[in-house]
Amino acid sequence: MSNYRIQGATGEWEVVIGLEVHAQVTSNSKLFSGAATAFGAEPNSQVSLVDAAMPGMLPVPNRECIRQAVRTGMAIEAQINAWSRFDRKNYFYADLPQGYQISQLYHPLVGEGSLLIEADEKAGIPEDKVIGIERIHVEQDAGKLMHDQHPTMSYVDLNRSGVALMEIVSKPDMRSPAEAGAYVRKLRSILRYVGSCDGNMEEGSMRADVNVSVRRPGEPFGTRTETKNVNSVRFVMQAIEHEAMRQVDVLEAGGTVVQETRLFDPGTGTTRTMRSKEDAHDYRYFPDPDLLPLVLEEDFLAECRASLPELPDAKRKRYVEVLGLTPYNARELTAEVETFARFETLLAETANTIGKVEPEVATQVANWSLSVAPGVVKALGDEGDPANATAAAQAAILAMQDKGEISGGQAKEIFEIVLKTGRDPAEIAEAEGLKQVSDTGAIEAAIDAVIAANPDKVEDYRGGKDKLFGFFVGQVMKAMAGKANPGVVNQLLKDKLG
Amino acid sequence: MTDLTSLGVKDIRDGVRGGSFTAREVAEAFNTAVAEAAALNAFIVTTPDHALAAADKVDAARAAGEELGRMAGVPIGMKDLFATHGVQTTAASHILEGFEPRYESTVSQKLWDAGAGMLGKLNLDQFAMGSSNETSYFGNVTSPWKKAGSNAAMSPGGSSGGSSAAVAARIAPAATGTDTGGSIRQPAAFTGICGIKPTYGRCSRWGIVAFASSLDQAGPMARSVEDCAIMLGAMAGFDPKDATSLQMDVPDWEAALNSDLRGKKVGIPREYRMAGTDQAILDSWEQGKAWLKDAGAEIVDVSLPHTKYALPAYYIVAPAEASSNLARYDGVRYGMRDLPDGVGLQDMYAATRAAGFGDEVKRRILIGTYVLSAGFYDAYYTQAQKVRALVARDFERAFEQCDVILAPTTPTASFPLGSMNEDPLTMYLNDVFAVPASLAGLPAMSVPATVNADGLPLGLQLVGRPFDEQGVLDAGLAIQERAGFTAMPDKWW
Repeated sequence: MSNYRIQGATGEWEVVIGLEVHAQVTSNSKLFSGAATAFGAEPNSQVSLVDAAMPGMLPVPNRECIRQAVRTGMAIEAQINAWSRFDRKNYFYADLPQGYQISQLYHPLVGEGSLLIEADEKAGIPEDKVIGIERIHVEQDAGKLMHDQHPTMSYVDLNRSGVALMEIVSKPDMRSPAEAGAYVRKLRSILRYVGSCDGNMEEGSMRADVNVSVRRPGEPFGTRTETKNVNSVRFVMQAIEHEAMRQVDVLEAGGTVVQETRLFDPGTGTTRTMRSKEDAHDYRYFPDPDLLPLVLEEDFLAECRASLPELPDAKRKRYVEVLGLTPYNARELTAEVETFARFETLLAETANTIGKVEPEVATQVANWSLSVAPGVVKALGDEGDPANATAAAQAAILAMQDKGEISGGQAKEIFEIVLKTGRDPAEIAEAEGLKQVSDTGAIEAAIDAVIAANPDKVEDYRGGKDKLFGFFVGQVMKAMAGKANPGVVNQLLKDKLG
Repeated sequence: MTDLTSLGVKDIRDGVRGGSFTAREVAEAFNTAVAEAAALNAFIVTTPDHALAAADKVDAARAAGEELGRMAGVPIGMKDLFATHGVQTTAASHILEGFEPRYESTVSQKLWDAGAGMLGKLNLDQFAMGSSNETSYFGNVTSPWKKAGSNAAMSPGGSSGGSSAAVAARIAPAATGTDTGGSIRQPAAFTGICGIKPTYGRCSRWGIVAFASSLDQAGPMARSVEDCAIMLGAMAGFDPKDATSLQMDVPDWEAALNSDLRGKKVGIPREYRMAGTDQAILDSWEQGKAWLKDAGAEIVDVSLPHTKYALPAYYIVAPAEASSNLARYDGVRYGMRDLPDGVGLQDMYAATRAAGFGDEVKRRILIGTYVLSAGFYDAYYTQAQKVRALVARDFERAFEQCDVILAPTTPTASFPLGSMNEDPLTMYLNDVFAVPASLAGLPAMSVPATVNADGLPLGLQLVGRPFDEQGVLDAGLAIQERAGFTAMPDKWW
C-alpha cells in the first residue's frame, strides 16, 4: 500500500490515478493505409489518398499494426479478443481529414490485463504492486496543425494522420505520482521489449492522458479530471502532483471538483482547463461500416505468442534465481532493452572466453556492466569512442581479471586505453605493464624483506594485534609497486607470519 | 447500316469483334446522340474524347489480332459518383464542383480495362440521396418517357437517374449505377430498362463517393439481361483496397445464362402486397408469376414478416452512415470552401457545408446526426441494426423454400418532376420494395415487364440468395423473353 498522502489543512487526502497511454505502434505503414510513418519527414510527404480522406477512399487494416497490439496485450497477460470491431468517433477538426477517427469503443482488441511495478523504497514504493489494465484498443492518430507558418492562417500536416496508436487504459489503481511514474516506465519497458512501440516520448511516440481524483482515505472515488497529452514520466508525475493539490485546495475551500479536460503546461508544471464536461463533444460513436469485424485466427494468435521475447519480469526473476544476481542488479539490468542486450552479449562472450558457465561469471559481468564500465566511459567523456567497447574486448579484460593477471584498477586502466584507441586488451596489458605479479618467488622475497625490516611489528602481530596485517599487506604492495596480486600476497603473508 | 445507337452492349461488342463496324463508329454515333440530348440533362460533363480514345485502342487491338475485352468497343455512361482520373467528379454536389480526382475508381478502371470507353459523367441525385433525380446541384434529369397525353417532364427515378435516362433514350448502350436502397432498380423500372445490384461486396466500393458504406453497391444498367450480365462481369471482382470486398471468383454469368427454370422455385412474399401499390403494378406482378411458371418454375408463397420495418430502419442506418461519410467535405483539403472574412475554422465549416450541400443532403445529415447522438443511439441506431438483422433472417428463411423472389420494383410508375416534393416521406416510400434486399445485401434486379395505361414502363424485381446473381439473371431472362418489352420513348429531345 502506498502511504503517499497529501496533507491538507483539514487532514489527509489520498490520490487516485488512472492513465491512458497512447503508444505509437512500430510499423512501416499506417493503420489503414500504405503510407509511411517515419518521424520528422517533410510536412505532407507521407500522406496517402486514404489519409487525406479523398472521396471514395477506404480503410484497409494493416495486419502488422494489429499483430503488434495483440503481442502487447499478450505481454501484459491480457485477454485477447478474437472478435473485435472498429468504431468511428465523429468530430470536426482541421487535423482530422475524415471528420472521424477510427477507434474501438465497444469491442476493443485487448481486454483486461495487468502490469507489475516493483518495490522501490527510495522512490516511495514500499512493495511490489500490480496495476490493472482495463483494455488496449487500436486507433488512428490525427494530423498536426501548425500555427506559426503564416500570420493569419494555420497549416495542416497530415504525416501523422492515420498512424496507428495503441491506447492502453489502466484501472484507477495508482495512488501516488511515484507509482504512476513507475507504471509508465514499466509499460514503456514492456513495449520496447515486445518491439511494438519505440517508447520515444520526445518524438511523441508515447504520451499519456492522466486521470486524477482525490478522496479521504477509505472513502469512495472523487470526481476526476483528465489532463491530456502529457509527454514525459517527469511531467506525468508533476501533473498529478499539481492536479491533486489543486483539487484538495478546491475541496478544502468548500468547492467541488468539476469533471473536465485539462492541459498540462510543462513550463510551469501546472494544469489548466481545456474544456468542461458541458462542452464535451458528442462523438456519435458507431461501428465503422467500411470495415468488417476483426476476427483473429488461431494461427495468427499462435504466431504472436511464439514471437514474444522473454519479458522484463521473467528476465529479472531468471537473473536472480539462475544467474545469482542481486535483486538490485537484476532490476537495473532488465529495465532497458539496450542494457540487457549488452549485458547478455557480454555475459556469453565472457563465459566463453574464460571457459566457465554463465552463472559463475554473471556477478562479475553485472558489476562491470552496471558500475565499472559506465564509470570509465563517463570519466573519459568525449575522449573515448564507445564503438571500441566491443563485447570481445571487455570479455578479454574480464578474463584477465578472473585469472588474476590484472587487478581491478588495471582493468579500468586497460579499458580506458581500449576506449581511446581500440587496441587489444592483452597487448595493452603487456605493453603498458598493466599486469599484476602472481609469481610467488618475487612476492615471497618482498615479504621476507618487509618482515626483516619490521621485527617489532611482527612481534606485536604474533602477540595478537591482528589489525597489523593490513600494514604488512600495504608494505608488500608498496615494495611491489602495486603490481602484486593481492590474493597471493594475502595468502603468502598469512603463511609467513604464522 | 443499322443505327448504331439502337444497339446494346452485346451487339456492339459482337459487331466490333466481327468487324461489322468499328469501335470508333460506335463511339462517334453515341457522342453525337449525347450531344443532341442536352435537354435530358442526363450528363454533368461529357467526355467524347475518352470514348474515342478507348474506341481507337480497341480498333487497333483488333487490327493487331489481339484478344478483345468483354466490353471492347462499348462506350458507356459513368454515374458521377465514381471517381474518374482527371475528369470532374461531383456526386452532383456543389461542394465537389470542379473536383478532379487523381485516381480512378476500381469499377471504372475495370471497365476501361475491359475495353469500354466513357461518354461522360452522368447526373444523379446529390450524393445519391433521392429517388427522382431532383436533388442534383446540376439540375433535374428529365426522363425520355412521357405520360400519354401529357407533356409534363417525368422523373427518370433516382438516384441513378442520369444513367436510366441515358440508357432508355439510347444515348448510351449501358451505364453504371449505384444502389444503396434502390438507386439502380427504381430508376431502371421507371425507364423500362434492366439494372442489377449484385451481392454486397461483389463490386469494389473503392473510388465511389460513399453514401452509406454498408449498403452501397455498384451495378450495371442496360437494356437487356444479357447486357447486364456482360457488364456486371466486367465490374465485379475482389479488390484488396476495399475491406468489405468479397474474396470470391467472379462466375461467367453471361455464359451461364439460362432461362429454363424447371426445378426452380420462385417465392412470392405476401407482405409485399401493400396498400398504396398501383393496381397496374399488382397486375404486372401476377403476370410475372405466370411468365416464370411458364418458364418451368414452381411458384410458392413465402413470408418476409419484417418487411414493413425495413424502410424505417433503412432511413436510420443510411443517414447515420451518411452523416459520418460526408464529414470529410469540410472545405479544408479539396472541393469548395466558403471562408467569410475574418472567421475561424468552425465558421468556415458551417459556411462551406451550408453552401455546398443541397437540402436533401442536409436533411439526411441531420437525421443521421440525430440518430447517433448520445441518448438516442440505442433507441434508433441499435434498434435499426436489430431490424436489419431480422430482415436478413426473413430472407434466409424464405430462401429455404424458394430459389429466387419475385416482387414489384416500385409501388408506382414514374411521376412528373416536382409532383412529390411536398413530403419527403412520400418520396421515400418509392423504395419500399427495394430497400429490404439492400439491408440484407442480396443481389436484386429490375427488369421491364410492361407499360401501364399511361404508357409508362413498369418493372419487376427479382431477389436472389447471397452470391446467386446467376439465379437472378436467369429469372430476369425468363421474364424478358416472355414480356417482349419493346416499348420506347418517342424522341422529343
